[in-house]
Amino acid sequence: MTFLGLMIPLLPLLGFLVNGLLGKYLPKGSAGWIGSLSVLASFVCVLLIFKDLQAEQAISIDVFNWIALGDFSISFGLWIDALTMIMLMVVTGVGFLIHLYSIGYMHGDEGFTRFFTYLNLFIFFMLLLVMGSNYLMMFIGWEGVGLCSYLLIGFWYKNEPFNDAAQKAFVMNRIGDLGFLLGMFFILFHFGTLDIQTVEQLAPGLASNGGLIMIITLLLFIGATGKSAQLPLYTWLPDAMAGPTPVSALIHAATMVTAGIYMIVRSNVLFALAPDTLTIILWVGVITSLFAAIIGLKQNDIKKVLAYSTVSQLGLMFVALGLGAFSSGIFHLVTHAFFKALLFLGAGSVIHALHGEQDIRKMGGLKKLIPITYITFILASLAISGFPLLSGFFSKDEILAHAFEQNKIVWIVVAVSSFLTAIYMFRLVFLTFFNNFRGSDETRSHIHESPWTMTFPLVVLCILAVLGGLIGLPAIFHVSHWLNTYLASVTEPSAALIHHGDGISHGLEIGLMCFAGLAAIVAIYLMYRKYVMQKAIPESEESQQGFIKAIANKFYVDEFFENAIVNPVFKLSEWFGTFFDKKIIDQIVNRTATTITSGGQALRLSQGGNTGTYVLAMVIGIVVLFIIRLLI
Amino acid sequence: MEHTTQLVPLNWYLLLSTFLFCLGVMGVLIRRNAIIILMCIELMLNSVNMLLVAFSSYSGNSDGQVFVFFIMVVAAAEVAVGLALLVSIYRNLGSTDIDLLNKLKW
Repeated sequence: MTFLGLMIPLLPLLGFLVNGLLGKYLPKGSAGWIGSLSVLASFVCVLLIFKDLQAEQAISIDVFNWIALGDFSISFGLWIDALTMIMLMVVTGVGFLIHLYSIGYMHGDEGFTRFFTYLNLFIFFMLLLVMGSNYLMMFIGWEGVGLCSYLLIGFWYKNEPFNDAAQKAFVMNRIGDLGFLLGMFFILFHFGTLDIQTVEQLAPGLASNGGLIMIITLLLFIGATGKSAQLPLYTWLPDAMAGPTPVSALIHAATMVTAGIYMIVRSNVLFALAPDTLTIILWVGVITSLFAAIIGLKQNDIKKVLAYSTVSQLGLMFVALGLGAFSSGIFHLVTHAFFKALLFLGAGSVIHALHGEQDIRKMGGLKKLIPITYITFILASLAISGFPLLSGFFSKDEILAHAFEQNKIVWIVVAVSSFLTAIYMFRLVFLTFFNNFRGSDETRSHIHESPWTMTFPLVVLCILAVLGGLIGLPAIFHVSHWLNTYLASVTEPSAALIHHGDGISHGLEIGLMCFAGLAAIVAIYLMYRKYVMQKAIPESEESQQGFIKAIANKFYVDEFFENAIVNPVFKLSEWFGTFFDKKIIDQIVNRTATTITSGGQALRLSQGGNTGTYVLAMVIGIVVLFIIRLLI
Repeated sequence: MEHTTQLVPLNWYLLLSTFLFCLGVMGVLIRRNAIIILMCIELMLNSVNMLLVAFSSYSGNSDGQVFVFFIMVVAAAEVAVGLALLVSIYRNLGSTDIDLLNKLKW
């Protein structure tokens, strides 16, 4: 199993090397298959390990001792347990489907080989992130996926705004990464090790030093807000939609952005020991989920709606973590990976059919023209909206139940934001697929269903999005909650540390589920009435007023950052460039040089070449030395 | 039993030696003729030699006198080189005035 474990990250790395180094010499288009098959092979390795690995078992692979300093050492180690298994299946499974999809989507792009090179590198780093046995390994993966995200957002580098979006993502991630890095330093300083399992075991012993654990967890959480796009560091994610759509599906919906969730669940004991941090996580999640859902209501770019939806859903996962329901967070992470990847791929299929059109006001009536995309997209929308018995229904309901049990205010806000989810998703669905096509006739004549490499992943993901909830059926169905049982070995140590409520009665839980399901159906009906029966089309930007305008402009958060941080920094650097550098630094350097030059001009005259003068100077010197010697 | 040299007090040697040394320094500083300067340098060397011999004799240790022989040998070699240089200078400039040797400057 050690061999299989090693193969999981190595195969995508191999794919990356082959595509990256030999891509030029391979036949055109083969890069896609090399990339996809390497991830598929990695997925097969994951399944083989999954078959044999018991839930409470873990595989530890020490590849080599990386850093050894005295009695402190960091190994280049991999760690595979139940939590890693779940993440590995999501990353390689969904990753493979998206690779396959990209073969169709990126067909004919001049950067085809480069695209798969980056994508494989991303999978490699993501696997390193989830498999790393210590925080440093996790950090390598963490930075690596950030790099790949940057490269893929700016994939079409000839477009200047896309490059800006890539840089924005990179810089905002760095802010978070700094928090992670500082958290790591604190852990290293106080625990003397970076090994996650050891830290988790030592943590309860240091719990009396409550402030310390809180600082560490807060710093780690700052890292998570950067990577997982939470307030206030979320603005890069909507801009990241500049990348090709499969990238949005893979990196900015299914895998990379969930790294923050994974990291917190991975260090769940640390977080459980810092209840104050959990409260902060809870409220950041609550506010983000509502805030992003509201912004999502008025976006007209199909990918922007999905991006804000992702931010909102990630907020929901953080709510789960903040409530101490770590496995519920992972449950929602998994179902979200299915339906959100599907939504992005469906959106990609729509964009592909319309030759790059992303504005939902210029779509409409697509359900007959691209039926497979339509069916899968609508099922994914139902899943994310929490339509009864689909995957999102169960995972959201679990979080809502935890919220209801612990904090009614949180429950209300989360319920509202999940109601809004249904609203913005079905606004999108009805505007895209129903009524008549609103684009030009020429575009309409070219609309076609995507090739099988694109529709096959849609169908598979659709099955997963519909049935994904089965891994976490609630107790009222009288079956055990498979995911909770499976993750028990990971979450158990922290469960004892968090005060959970007594649990809610089955009757109440059924009531909550009915309520959530009903809310979703009501939201869908409202949208149906507005956008299908009344054939409303979102108003143009000019006619928007007041609050609606503020929503459409994303509450001016970008403008706020622009004015509060970016512009002052530019002003400051301009001042440093024109005044400080020119007038002070340059003057110091130039004056030093001229002083030395003129001093040299004056002193050189003493070297007259006259032997007598030299001898006289020497004698005077000796006499002076004697006098000094005598006086002292 | 005292040596004849020790009939003269040590201080006198010191004074004579200092006088000779200063004479040599003055000569080097004041005179222009390179030959005279060379002679003045020899004078300074010999004043030191005398001091060495005097101290050696008064302390009853012959090391200083051995040292003087070394100095005399080295001084002879040095004079040979110095005079050779002087001859060369004279052939080039037609004079041994050191003020003419001022080409070695900035």
